Amino acid sequence: MSSLLNTSRPPVFCPGCTHERITKELDKALVKMGIPAEKTVIVTDIGCSGLFDTFFNVHALHGLHGRALTYASGLKLADPELNVIVTMGDGGLGIGGAHVLSSCRKNMDITLIILNNFNFGMTGGQYSATTPSDAVVGSEFLNNAEVPIDICEVAKSAGATWIGRYSGHDAALSDHFVTAMQHKGFSMVETLGMCTGRYTKRNKLNLAAIDAMIEEMPSMDGVVEKNQRPEYGERYRAIAAEKTVYPEAVTVEQKVTLDNPKREDIVILGSAGMRIVTAGDIVCFAGMVAGLNASMKNDYNITVLRGQSVSELILTPEEIGYAGLEIPSIVLALSDEGVQRRKKIFPKLTPETLVVKEASVTIPETAAEVVTVDYKAMKIKRHDWALASLGFLAKRGRGITEEMLIPALKARFNEKVFGMAMETVEKTLKG
Amino acid sequence: MALSFMEGNEAVARGAMAAGCSFFAGYPITPATTVFANMLKLLPPKGGICVQGEDEIASMGYCIGASMAGKKVLTATSGPGISLYSEQLSFAIGSEIPMVIVDVQRLGPSTGSATRGADSDIQFLRWGNTGGVPVIVLVPKNARDCYELTVKAFNYAEEFRCPVFIASNKEIGMTRESVDLDAIALPPLVERKPFTGENYVPFEADDDKAPDFLPIGGKTLVRQTSSTHGPDGYITIDPEVISASQERLQNKILAAEERLSLFEENHRQGADTLVISYGVTSRAVDDACASLEKKGTLVSSLSLKTIWPVPEKLLKEKAKAYKRIVVIEMNLGQYVNEIKRVLAGKNIDFYGQMDGTLIAPGKIMEVIDNE
Repeated sequence: MSSLLNTSRPPVFCPGCTHERITKELDKALVKMGIPAEKTVIVTDIGCSGLFDTFFNVHALHGLHGRALTYASGLKLADPELNVIVTMGDGGLGIGGAHVLSSCRKNMDITLIILNNFNFGMTGGQYSATTPSDAVVGSEFLNNAEVPIDICEVAKSAGATWIGRYSGHDAALSDHFVTAMQHKGFSMVETLGMCTGRYTKRNKLNLAAIDAMIEEMPSMDGVVEKNQRPEYGERYRAIAAEKTVYPEAVTVEQKVTLDNPKREDIVILGSAGMRIVTAGDIVCFAGMVAGLNASMKNDYNITVLRGQSVSELILTPEEIGYAGLEIPSIVLALSDEGVQRRKKIFPKLTPETLVVKEASVTIPETAAEVVTVDYKAMKIKRHDWALASLGFLAKRGRGITEEMLIPALKARFNEKVFGMAMETVEKTLKG
Repeated sequence: MALSFMEGNEAVARGAMAAGCSFFAGYPITPATTVFANMLKLLPPKGGICVQGEDEIASMGYCIGASMAGKKVLTATSGPGISLYSEQLSFAIGSEIPMVIVDVQRLGPSTGSATRGADSDIQFLRWGNTGGVPVIVLVPKNARDCYELTVKAFNYAEEFRCPVFIASNKEIGMTRESVDLDAIALPPLVERKPFTGENYVPFEADDDKAPDFLPIGGKTLVRQTSSTHGPDGYITIDPEVISASQERLQNKILAAEERLSLFEENHRQGADTLVISYGVTSRAVDDACASLEKKGTLVSSLSLKTIWPVPEKLLKEKAKAYKRIVVIEMNLGQYVNEIKRVLAGKNIDFYGQMDGTLIAPGKIMEVIDNE
């Protein structure tokens, strides 16, 4: 194999553009590597560097500006055997900065070649993230008030394991590409070059000036010792291989047949930390133990450790349609916050609804049957009030029964937690 | 019979596994996060890959890359994430990259309300790509649908080589309910058609079909590009080539409209009103119609499970016998515009609600009664 260049699509760059030389150096490097074309993919984005994928007879993916590393990562994860090369200009570097950082941090085995020519060539020479502050560019004075980024320094602090900065005209560029590609992990090669169509028309930049720039900047020439670590994909696969247990869906067998199954709409009004959602789960499991359909809608704050926690539950022999509650048949009023959240329901209740109210909780005026329970006096801790209320309901056969509740607790908890839950439930079940 | 108890998001994840999904990339966002959380539990033991992108744009990019390597891929987000997906969506749609995207919708606009439901994105999903290429959007009404429609979504994605959306809703995604997964008869799985001929031309296809597929990394070299391309995958400015490919992108979806039109109906003999809805709202509509029946008022209902492409033939056929159509949506009126367009001349009433709460059956009964 003497070349992977696509002879039917030769480079189309402006005369003198460094991109053309980089194309040839990359080809040389690919030939030296000897990796088959079908195991190599060039991933590009937008701008003049985005033309690269068309010049080579390898797999190619050309996508959106700055996003090439995202496709490259997906390809590499899906097919670890692929030699993945990304070309990106200083434009893509700016707009896709988050992906550059992430690639440095992840250390996936991808080679990123940045073709830094200090401006947006394709759109008229506007300033980019690497344009010097004193350059004359197509975007008037806008670069004067900013400073250019040193992407190699950024990459270093972001954890890149291989970084090189070279002139696009470096005599050994193809060798640098080979070393970068051979590195097991993320390698980033920044090439500095000339955009003859735009940038060098208005700015003094020649090969000597590029060499001087590289000399002045911190040296970057290969492995970054302090960042060395395993390649992401290998590490990922090793960790993932330890995850051997496929979690099957939790199922609840019917164990009880109710004589007269009817719909129950239950709402638990509590606060964060009161295990309201767990209690809701148990009610639903209890329903399923009796062969009923169940649904649970929860309402809690994003800041999960504060505020109300409300669980709306339906148990019914019918298919569940609307999963909100209109008039509940049972209300567990366990905290003022929870009650406040649903205060509008209380005036609508009729004596058919049972409200179980903890002694410390205040509820609005209601026509419902209200039973007050003093859990504090029963020495039940606040985070167990919801659970204790289930024992209270089961004892009275309201909504659930003991025969439904105990298998539900068994299904929901492991043996140890089940034992603790039973201690709480028995206080209200037998009490 | 053993019932499972799960939220819609878990049902989506389990549906994806049943469909042969082997790659997920996503970014946490309420109310879609638990799709991701479930995939993270389900994929590794089966040898699949599940990763968190550095943002939503990256997550879509990972999915595009993995899909082009031949994987069946899933991602999940909510409205603000769909906004960020948009540029990559256009790529996937225009360049025929199969994937399934779950949008667990929340109340918009913008960051809106993370934990409040709404069918916010019904038109956004259709028109959120540059170029206006048609898409397939399926709408579940419960956990059962989440499971079944996800399998169908994968089948469509593979067959039509396009992203397929599941337009879920916070009120389905995060509501747990009992569901008998074993009782659901899943369709046979569809795989994208591999190219088997001599010279692979990556975007060559019949006028209304998707091209055959070969993965990047296989023996035959593959070109993929987000730019306007001819069948060979290289950029073109030839108006005839461009127009043929634009029309094919449109036709491959629209020509399959009838086959893609999934729905449920509850026809009541003698009814002169048909209520059309989709998603979680259909559940309240069913309750409302059942309550009205008990009071002696007969009203039929049609619940759309496919909203894009618009099931035009289905709508016309189902609406024919009715004097009055009532459309109910959990937004201020997005899909009703399609129904009015398709059923032009019909008497169509609309009720929309966008306040972060479910539309109650009582409200729907009021709308139906209030002729």
